[in-house]
Amino acid sequence: MIKVQSQDFDIGAELAALSHGDTTIGGVTSFVGYVRDLAGDESVSAMTLEHYPGMTEKMLGDIEARAQARWPLAATLIIHRYGDLKPGDRIVLVACASAHRQASFEACNFLIDWLKTEAPFWKQERTAAGPRWVESRATDATAAQRWQTPKPAK
Amino acid sequence: MKLLYFAWLRTRTGLGEEEIALPQDVRTVRDLVDWLRQRGPGFSAAFENMKVVRAAVNQSYVQLDHPVSEGDEIAFFPPVTGG
Repeated sequence: MIKVQSQDFDIGAELAALSHGDTTIGGVTSFVGYVRDLAGDESVSAMTLEHYPGMTEKMLGDIEARAQARWPLAATLIIHRYGDLKPGDRIVLVACASAHRQASFEACNFLIDWLKTEAPFWKQERTAAGPRWVESRATDATAAQRWQTPKPAK
Repeated sequence: MKLLYFAWLRTRTGLGEEEIALPQDVRTVRDLVDWLRQRGPGFSAAFENMKVVRAAVNQSYVQLDHPVSEGDEIAFFPPVTGG
């Protein structure tokens, strides 16, 4: 399931709903991303997340379908926020449910790596020097590329 | 065709979106970028370095040699920084 929204989410309620009623699920792995108050040496007072409505949902759906084709997953969830956020706010939740832990760990890792390089979101941070667009990191591209080698967990 | 600009491409061009008629002799995304650059300093600054610009046609990532046609939704934006 994909949710792109400005409002906050309740991690406990979302994870409970993800596995509710499916007793084949043996484990759920989740990743929660937060707004940091520091970028390099500079203090960040607030952040705005811009996105491309339509393409964002399409890309997240593609990424989710790729994970489901690669690992035996009972359920997946991606929630990503947009709009104005402050340090400490939740930005993203990725969760994967599977019969066994290895598939859920790997799929969760895969989803957040791909999301960071493929999903059309852009962060603008507000610092003492003014607003600035966050630049993409080479390490994020490297993290996503490691999944190009097909080694699914069984 | 509909053109969309995000993040610093939006601030440099001064536009979030616009409707234009397919310009004559524009066949590919690269042709369109060359045409857009001629429109003024904001546009030439936005498309100065294509290594930091990604393009999407009808909400799918494409390379610069991808064809464009009337009715397409074409978006330009920097490498993504979500998550």
